[in-house]
Amino acid sequence: MGILRGKLLPPVLAILFSALLCGIALVVSGANPLRAFGVMLSQVGEGTTAVDIINSTGTYYIAALAVAIGFQMNLFNIGVEGQYRVAAVVAAVVGGSIALPPGLHALVIILTAAVAGALWAAVPAILKVTRGVNEVISTIMMNGLALGLAAYLIGSDVFGELRGNNIRTPEIPESGWVPGISFGSSGTVFGLVFLAALLGVGYWVMMNRTRFGFELRASGESATAAAAGGVNAKKMVLIAMLLSGAIAGLVSMPEILGRDHTYNLNFPAGIGFSGIAIALLGRNHPGGIAFAAVLWAFLDKSGLALDNVQVPREIVTIMQGAIVLSVVVAYEVVRRFELAAQQRQVGRQLGTVDAA
Amino acid sequence: MRRRMRGLAVAAIALTSVLSMAACAKDTGGTQPGSTNTAEGCKLADKPPAAAATSSAAASDQKVDGSALKVGLAYDIGGRGDASFNDSAAAGLDKAKADFGIKPENVKELTAAPNEAEDAKLTRLRQLAGEGFNPIIGVGFAYAESLKVVAPEFPNVKFAIVDGVVDGAANVTPLVFAEEQGSFLAGVIAAYQSKACHVGFVGGVEIPLIQKFQAGFEQGAKAAAPDIKIEEKYLTPAGDFTGFQDPTKGQEVATGQIEAGADVLYHAAGASGKGVFSAAKTAGVKAIGVDSDQYNQKTVEESKDVIISSMLKRVDVAVYDFVGAVAKNDLASLPKAFDLSVDGVGYATSGGKIDAELQGVLEGYKAQIIAGKIKVSDKP
Repeated sequence: MGILRGKLLPPVLAILFSALLCGIALVVSGANPLRAFGVMLSQVGEGTTAVDIINSTGTYYIAALAVAIGFQMNLFNIGVEGQYRVAAVVAAVVGGSIALPPGLHALVIILTAAVAGALWAAVPAILKVTRGVNEVISTIMMNGLALGLAAYLIGSDVFGELRGNNIRTPEIPESGWVPGISFGSSGTVFGLVFLAALLGVGYWVMMNRTRFGFELRASGESATAAAAGGVNAKKMVLIAMLLSGAIAGLVSMPEILGRDHTYNLNFPAGIGFSGIAIALLGRNHPGGIAFAAVLWAFLDKSGLALDNVQVPREIVTIMQGAIVLSVVVAYEVVRRFELAAQQRQVGRQLGTVDAA
Repeated sequence: MRRRMRGLAVAAIALTSVLSMAACAKDTGGTQPGSTNTAEGCKLADKPPAAAATSSAAASDQKVDGSALKVGLAYDIGGRGDASFNDSAAAGLDKAKADFGIKPENVKELTAAPNEAEDAKLTRLRQLAGEGFNPIIGVGFAYAESLKVVAPEFPNVKFAIVDGVVDGAANVTPLVFAEEQGSFLAGVIAAYQSKACHVGFVGGVEIPLIQKFQAGFEQGAKAAAPDIKIEEKYLTPAGDFTGFQDPTKGQEVATGQIEAGADVLYHAAGASGKGVFSAAKTAGVKAIGVDSDQYNQKTVEESKDVIISSMLKRVDVAVYDFVGAVAKNDLASLPKAFDLSVDGVGYATSGGKIDAELQGVLEGYKAQIIAGKIKVSDKP
């Protein structure tokens, strides 16, 4: 019970608090908060929004898993943003220029994306292992490089082709597509959303049922203790970063193989950063992350309805920011509260303080 | 080891400072012979033949009734108030509302969020179409992919897309512009107004659309002054659209170009252009605006005295004409491309920095482009 309270209370508090905050912001800006929240809820039933939320959840979930693997051993992979972009371009280019039988084609594209993401993450990993370069700095810099590299690769004189005023990689032939589950006019759930679920299961098994997962968590809890226990810290950093990068590489696969079939200028940015917030909110737990990803996707997609009723959509951004901030605070508050409760309990049992 | 590193670093710093000093010296030396040609300014190419009297196409002023229309607008990032092409589209819509008698409650405007996913655009367009809006205008080429999907779902709705073409969807009207032609004239203006015969182009994001501006500008400047030096820089690479919304970066890049010697800057950087104007104001050089007549724009009012002209891209005209054509049920009357011949692009003379002589030159070039004697390339 106590454990459950410690785990569930903070995010619930954070969400309530940020809803309150947004309510105040809405009132200040002259809108009716209840109407705004109501519109957001009813938007779920409109058109393709429910399916969009599921699809977006899958994307966010993969991004957050990538971040969470690093978090488990106190590695801050801020570079998911760049890793998924580079992986998307490389995979789209490779996918668009090879011909393979259906199934195999998609598999090759997915593996290409994972390898590209891992390789992009390998640079900061190697820098950290060999030179002690802080991965926060190096991954942020790699994000900038990723943008430049992606822009170069889709140049019309490199791999890209011009479409009106847009520019994109050659379209992936149909053999490379991953079919989804169609709900008619309500949209199509990407087939690769299930890849996200699979990754989540794999993540849980790895963390809780394998030696590697144990060593990863041990290194995160105490690097010195893990080292004393025979864990090779450098090897762990390298593997964790590569794994994180490989998963990051898969972030855009559901969209590219399920709908877009190409990388173009409309490629969404910022998923990597959302992944950080979602991993934080989900406490690196596969279940928690799933919940956080759903929440994020809901806010994102339902937020579109706000614009439709002349409420500034930025309120969603405020809400997301407030959730992240307050969840950090809430965890700390609850942790201290529990610590104090524990101390009191121990004190009571030892009889050193009064029961009062 | 460490000492050697430090020594290396010192050497490197010393070397770069020497190099940059050398660069400075070369710079000042370089401008000298150029400016001795005439008192100041470029050695100009022969002026084009004067244009024949401009044929002011008298629009057949029949009253258009659009009171039955429900107009939906889906803006790109920035939306109404972006001081750029979204605002221009909004101006066209407002004029259409007033002229065609469209009821205010029958107009809906939605705006894209930065970095949004494709499905957000789909949802936005479906929202408008589902609520019975017709016509619906997607502002920005970013809507091309989503319109390709949504337009066939609503075959009776008349869509239009600004800056884009949607293949295979008969109910999507493309509203495209010849930005390179307007930018050509901006290049001519820059060449005539530059004292150092050195001009600069600041692009927002290095995408094909903005490269059209650059291509036209460079061609125009070189046509007017073959020896002209041109700086060109983009704020962000393709894929990172923050370059349209970053005045600080615009100011930095513009300052860099001014320090390199450029004294007339042309920007195609959306809201980042504000930074370009303030850099120009600080350094006391000239600037050319873009999209709308920026001399009269509220958001850049404090640096209006450096704006000698603006390359006009009449998104407002295109939106207005499209809505009017829908009201008259005469979409075929719209031009294939809004270019110089239909005044879809052009230049602004507000502020009085363009004298009659220069205006004559510009009209000359304009006539040549319309007649096809000058072909303006849309790729740099």
